[in-house]
Amino acid sequence: MFDALSARLEKVSQSLRSRGRLTEADLDNALGEVRTALLEADVELSVVRAFLDAVRVRVAGEDVATSLTPGQHVIKAVHDQLVEVLGGSALKVTYAAKPPTVILLAGLQGAGKTTTAGKLANWFKSQGRQPYLVGTDLQRPAAVEQLRVLGAQIGVEVYSEPSNPVEVARKGVAEAIRLGRDVVIIDTAGRLSIDAALMAEVRFIAGAVNPHYTFLVIDAVTGQDAVHTARAFHESLELSGIIVTKLDYDARGGAVLSARGVVGRPVVFASTGEKMGDFDLFHPDRMASRILGMGDIMSLIEQAERTMDADVMADSTQRMLAGQFTLDDFMTQMNQVRKMGSLGGLMKLVPGMNKEMRDAASNIDDGHLNRVEAIIRSMTPKERRDPSLIDGSRRSRIAKGCGQTVNDVNTLLKQFDQMKKMMKTMGRGGMPQMPGGGKMAQMAEKLGAARGMELPEGFEALGAGMNAGGAGGLGPRPAGGAGGGQKGKKKKGGRVTPPKTR
Amino acid sequence: MTLFWVLLVAVIVGAGVVAVRRRRRPRLATPLVRQAMPEVLVTEVAPIPTLLESAVASAPASLESRLGASRGIFDRVRSLGSGTLSETDLEVVEEVLLRSDVGLATTTALLDELRTNGAPDGVASAIRAALNASFVADRSVRTAADEGRIAVWLFVGVNGVGKTTTIGKLAARATSAGQHVVLAAGDTFRAAAADQLALWAERSGADIVRAAEGADPGSVIHDALGRAQARGADIVLADTAGRRANSTNLLDELAKIRRVADRLPGQVVETLMVLDATTGQNALSQAKEFLAAAAVTGIVLTKLDGTARGGIVVAIERELQIPVKFVGIGETVDDLIDFDPTAFVDSLLS
Ligand SMILES: Nc1nc2c(ncn2[C@@H]2O[C@H](COP(=O)(O)OP(=O)(O)OP(=O)(O)O)[C@@H](O)[C@H]2O)c(=O)[nH]1
Ligand SMILES: [Mg+2]
Repeated sequence: MFDALSARLEKVSQSLRSRGRLTEADLDNALGEVRTALLEADVELSVVRAFLDAVRVRVAGEDVATSLTPGQHVIKAVHDQLVEVLGGSALKVTYAAKPPTVILLAGLQGAGKTTTAGKLANWFKSQGRQPYLVGTDLQRPAAVEQLRVLGAQIGVEVYSEPSNPVEVARKGVAEAIRLGRDVVIIDTAGRLSIDAALMAEVRFIAGAVNPHYTFLVIDAVTGQDAVHTARAFHESLELSGIIVTKLDYDARGGAVLSARGVVGRPVVFASTGEKMGDFDLFHPDRMASRILGMGDIMSLIEQAERTMDADVMADSTQRMLAGQFTLDDFMTQMNQVRKMGSLGGLMKLVPGMNKEMRDAASNIDDGHLNRVEAIIRSMTPKERRDPSLIDGSRRSRIAKGCGQTVNDVNTLLKQFDQMKKMMKTMGRGGMPQMPGGGKMAQMAEKLGAARGMELPEGFEALGAGMNAGGAGGLGPRPAGGAGGGQKGKKKKGGRVTPPKTR
Repeated sequence: MTLFWVLLVAVIVGAGVVAVRRRRRPRLATPLVRQAMPEVLVTEVAPIPTLLESAVASAPASLESRLGASRGIFDRVRSLGSGTLSETDLEVVEEVLLRSDVGLATTTALLDELRTNGAPDGVASAIRAALNASFVADRSVRTAADEGRIAVWLFVGVNGVGKTTTIGKLAARATSAGQHVVLAAGDTFRAAAADQLALWAERSGADIVRAAEGADPGSVIHDALGRAQARGADIVLADTAGRRANSTNLLDELAKIRRVADRLPGQVVETLMVLDATTGQNALSQAKEFLAAAAVTGIVLTKLDGTARGGIVVAIERELQIPVKFVGIGETVDDLIDFDPTAFVDSLLS
């Protein structure tokens, strides 16, 4: 999502990292790159200017007596400022003392309000609430019908009637009270900020139901217009926050910065896909780290803990690094990873990945993985433990057994062999060459660099991962670092994110 | 390298989980000393400077009246000199273009052109000429198929850009010109998408072929072709589900839909990518991907009735030579006009 921005800033940080002292010219240079990065990422011009000024103040005003190199100093200033602009820490959603909590969604046409209404209801449901949906978009053909279908999917009732939007909103809230629902989400028709009549209408809706939260729904691919829209809606409705949609599109995302920059209200939720579950609270600090290309290890691990069997994972990781990795282990790991969601999504959270690597990963779909699994499953247990047994005739038997070609089987075996070697090198602390030109070492360097910095919230895990050494083998091992993964407490079940299919 | 990626994630996650478990203990937070920053970073957004010496003259009445309200007039340009350009002049031009979403790379290229060519007749006309020169592609539309085949227009684009609405508007246009139109509800993914198109069919007096949610989009279009043939229809307008442009699977699916639509008796004579004018630089990757996957023949730029200027199409025309063919300026049946480059360039600069 913020890939392009990350890539730019990565370049800046690399050029600065080697410097000993920061000159005024260096700073101008670096800020020039930051400007380009922000503009390429669609951040609005005025917001860019204000951002750069603020970074300059930070760099000048902060105590340099830390262990930071000048480069890190600038990056940290950019990072801190990004966190600041993106909204400090995540907003805590509180509930009205006297239910229901009323939430109003507004925004331009096609921003994704209706889908967001459904996702939001789904989210509240998962928080143990009893949401109720109200569809006031009587303008776009079949908008209410769309909301009803979504409501049925997630098991949330939808209220609407063909009268007028203000009336529907009022009655909807009354109905929610009657039914004892504690959260009401009101979807509204898309409208242009310069459409006076429709802006007045949405103000009337707000006036009629007195929402506790009014969210602007904004599309992550929006360009310079984000500020006009955000400001106009804020002036009419007094927004309490922003919901950003379509964060699963590639690159950019500067609209988030722009909108937040002019409105001064936090981005509260982010939507990352078409499924009802592709929606969660927005974490500014993590997002800033992503922008800086540091990945988001914390989200990755949280997701892992929710979905994986950590014991199984730790065991096979250990065996893998010891070079005793079998195809069974591989299959186990693959299935654990699949439980966490799409590979492309996961790769976005891994630090140090460049765009090609992420693209390569995001193109691996369920079909690929199913085929790999089918091949492994048609091997005998003995073959899985020792693939060197697999000769020509075994190959064709395996291929037949899973309906793949012998060539597919060959490719799999070859890749597995390469991988095994690679992992063994890693286990010994070496740095294998990664496909796509990147080096594992670069990744490790990135992790190392992050360690030298004062770690922002969410980075502890990253530092911890480094110090744990042996388990990951990703970074320089601390002297006498314990090797191997230790067994964690058994944790079963948890939420399973279904693999993406469409 | 499929396996490698899976494994990489596995290793990192495995290591991370283990590490976090071992390390999970309360950590003394080192508070960051932060300077107080204002809640609102930018309260005033500068008005967009204008480069027009005169008001838009050549814009068709409907575009001119719809485009509008917020495009403040700010003529710093009058004070800009001619002949050799000063850096300040160029900065004004840069700001105007960046604020219209033309994008940094294209803006830089245009500025370089200005530097090389100078501005003998003033900055405004120089930049207007440079922009106009970006719109050279042929923007005629093909409505008829080869002998014995049925013309298909296929609509593609990311989520929520206005595909279905544009189909409705074009259907109305065609039926009022006496054509028999069949709509194919090829969006079988989004909730109630077919219902939405059905209402447009009703409004425009077109036929519609639809299937249940989750049905194969290709077969809906296939059925629409069958219906069109049986009834002697002139054209099939095929809707597709909005899809992100960075998913190989979704693009492959689209390529497949296009192949089906292009199979006898069908013939895809236009593949129109619908683009929302509020879109920023991502529009360029959308155009690239959809061009590669579905052989896009033109762009429909929607929502130009809002405050966004849609300057990214300059970059799209320059880099990919995909012509903008229609412009959407509202939500009702009549709010669609043919794209006029000169009027568009004027509106970008005003
Ligand atoms: N103001 C304005 N709104 C438009 C224009 N074109 C479409 N819209 C609105 O944009 C919203 C989305 O339009 P749709 O036609 O549903 O878009 P779509 O691309 O079919 O959306 P999906 O099928 O969900 O991907 C609707 O509310 C339309 O009324 C336009 O030119 N101007
Ligand atoms: Mg549609």
